[in-house]
Amino acid sequence: MAQIELSAIRKSFDGTDVLKGIDFRIADGEFISLVGPSGCGKSTLLRIIAGLEPQNSGEVHIDGRPVDGIRPSARNLAMVFQSYALYPHLSAFDNIAVPLRMRRLSAIERLPLLGALLPGRRAKERHIRADIEGIAEQLDITPLLRRKPGQLSGGQRQRVAVGRAMVREPLAFLFDEPLSNLDAKLRVHMRAELAELHRRLKATFVYVTHDQAEAMTMSSRIAVMMGGELIQAGTPAEIYNEPGDIRVAEFIGSPKINVLPGRIRKDGGVDVLGTTLKLTCNAAAGDCRIAVRPERIELGTGPFSGTVVHLENLGAEAFVHLAVEGTGSRLIARLADVRHLPAMASSVAFGFASDAVRMFDPAGKRIELRVEQAERVREPAHV
Amino acid sequence: MSNAHPIPFRAILRHVLLIAGAALMLAPFIWMISTASKPQTEIFSSELHLIPHQFALMENLREAFAKANLLRFLLNGIIVTVSIFVLQVMVALPAAYALAKLRFLGRETLFALVLFGILIPPQATAIPVFLLLHKIGLLDSYAALVLPFTISVFGIFLMRQFFKTVPDDLVDAARMDGISEFGIVWRVMLPAAIPAVTAFGIFSVVAHWNDYFWPLIVLNSEHLRTPPLAVAHFRNSEAGTSYGPLMAAAMVIIAPLVIAFLFAQRRFIEGITLTGIK
Ligand SMILES: Nc1ncnc2c1ncn2[C@@H]1O[C@H](COP(=O)(O)OP(=O)(O)OP(=O)(O)O)[C@@H](O)[C@H]1O
Ligand SMILES: [Mg+2]
Repeated sequence: MAQIELSAIRKSFDGTDVLKGIDFRIADGEFISLVGPSGCGKSTLLRIIAGLEPQNSGEVHIDGRPVDGIRPSARNLAMVFQSYALYPHLSAFDNIAVPLRMRRLSAIERLPLLGALLPGRRAKERHIRADIEGIAEQLDITPLLRRKPGQLSGGQRQRVAVGRAMVREPLAFLFDEPLSNLDAKLRVHMRAELAELHRRLKATFVYVTHDQAEAMTMSSRIAVMMGGELIQAGTPAEIYNEPGDIRVAEFIGSPKINVLPGRIRKDGGVDVLGTTLKLTCNAAAGDCRIAVRPERIELGTGPFSGTVVHLENLGAEAFVHLAVEGTGSRLIARLADVRHLPAMASSVAFGFASDAVRMFDPAGKRIELRVEQAERVREPAHV
Repeated sequence: MSNAHPIPFRAILRHVLLIAGAALMLAPFIWMISTASKPQTEIFSSELHLIPHQFALMENLREAFAKANLLRFLLNGIIVTVSIFVLQVMVALPAAYALAKLRFLGRETLFALVLFGILIPPQATAIPVFLLLHKIGLLDSYAALVLPFTISVFGIFLMRQFFKTVPDDLVDAARMDGISEFGIVWRVMLPAAIPAVTAFGIFSVVAHWNDYFWPLIVLNSEHLRTPPLAVAHFRNSEAGTSYGPLMAAAMVIIAPLVIAFLFAQRRFIEGITLTGIK
């Protein structure tokens, strides 16, 4: 169990900056997901924490102790790789035993033939065997221990890799997209297992993924990275509901959040698609973008209208793609009730509640909004 | 039953060509076996026949073993080729690992030099190496037969190409598990590279088992002779060349290679295809 502190981590490869000053603090026992699009530097950051890659500047502290220059194995972290990285010539048992043998046996005891003759070796091997059997039981891989990685399925290899990480009782676990080689069904299953493992071990987990469903379902906090920067960290609900940056809003959530061009008026009012929203803000007048989640779009009523251009019926829910009339904007609405789908090419009215709107300035930063309290009172006055 | 697929002309042509090629390659061997089985009189008879009228293989073998210390020569061959191979692997594996998996300044230049080294024929460096061995007083010893070949640029190249295909994650996992860099070479890379090592082993052993040139120039003492020199021994010895025993001796020294190849054949082909050198 450990807290990990990153301060001003920078890394560049051949002159291109891959990490541009990452400051982040991971609390003891947290399940942190690092998410972001491909190439944003997630794996690089994880490898810097692990010590597999030196940073150009900045510091990594584990439990308050600087670990820069300390070998990966001495940092006492465990890593699970996307490709599992099991030793192909060793059985599952021996794969899990490697970190223990490296730590508990002396160099002479590890020698192939001579080592077995040394007195201490037998007792240590017995301990190692007991530890591995305990882990195998927890992960449900006892019958597989004698097999080579080539004889295991993806999910089984995954478990062996997790076993190899668990057996050394590390301060923290680092995962680099461990589920991305599994099929969709197994992925959902392993997701639950990893979350359960985290609850049981109460260890710090740092989990890299580009699958936001994994991040949303398992983590206590999500850190979103883009282009080498960590742009927001927070609980899954915070990241989903209160994105601080339009890139976060667009990255998290499937289907993607709807973004419409808007204008802030001098008096602080906001116009979108020719309609004034019942909102105000303190930002300077000018262009802005408003974002609304698909599930917050209400079909049937509202000041806007659009043409249905595409329907996706998933059985339990449906997505209606609308082209907004008179503009080039497209948006997606999620319908929970698939029995009342609008017809293709029909025109539907739609709207959204004021509190569903998130507004961003042209640079992508969030603009705070005030929902007009006087709504009800003022409405009759307009009539 | 009618033949639904008449054998196409091109297939026949292909096989005829292949058989002709194989026959050409095998002819010396067949001739060797044939000669080794003939008595002296038949070898020098003017008529050409493959199958001896009088079967004299045993006599020729007996004479070969009696005239030269063949077993000693075979043992020398084994000592030399095995030492060369083991040392080559001990040098080539760490070097190949560094060239394939470590990042350091000048790596590409070093690799280019390795490639360049492959182009240099061993004869070109023979005289400087000979002089060097003479200066340090190692001529006419096992060391003279082994040391010049311990660094095999071809081996480094072959293993480097193979190590490139080993995923980086595996190396990183080993580092996380606390295995040292040298440990990674022997405990992770070597087991993964067994097919490539086998393939390289066959190249190396065949080349040095059959090497005639180098032992001939560095050796004087008879007890150090390697198998090819043993065969030559029959040519120079006494009056005239006794071809029967010579061919029998040639058979004996080739046999270990053939047997080794038959055992390692599958691995060998695996290794060749795995390293992408077809
Ligand atoms: N060893 C390296 N040499 C040069 N460039 C590298 C190296 N490793 C990573 N990079 C570059 O650094 C950037 C970030 O890579 P990284 O692997 O951290 O991305 P990622 O966020 O993990 O992406 P993905 O989701 O695809 O795994 C990429 O542009 C990549 O090309
Ligand atoms: Mg990655």
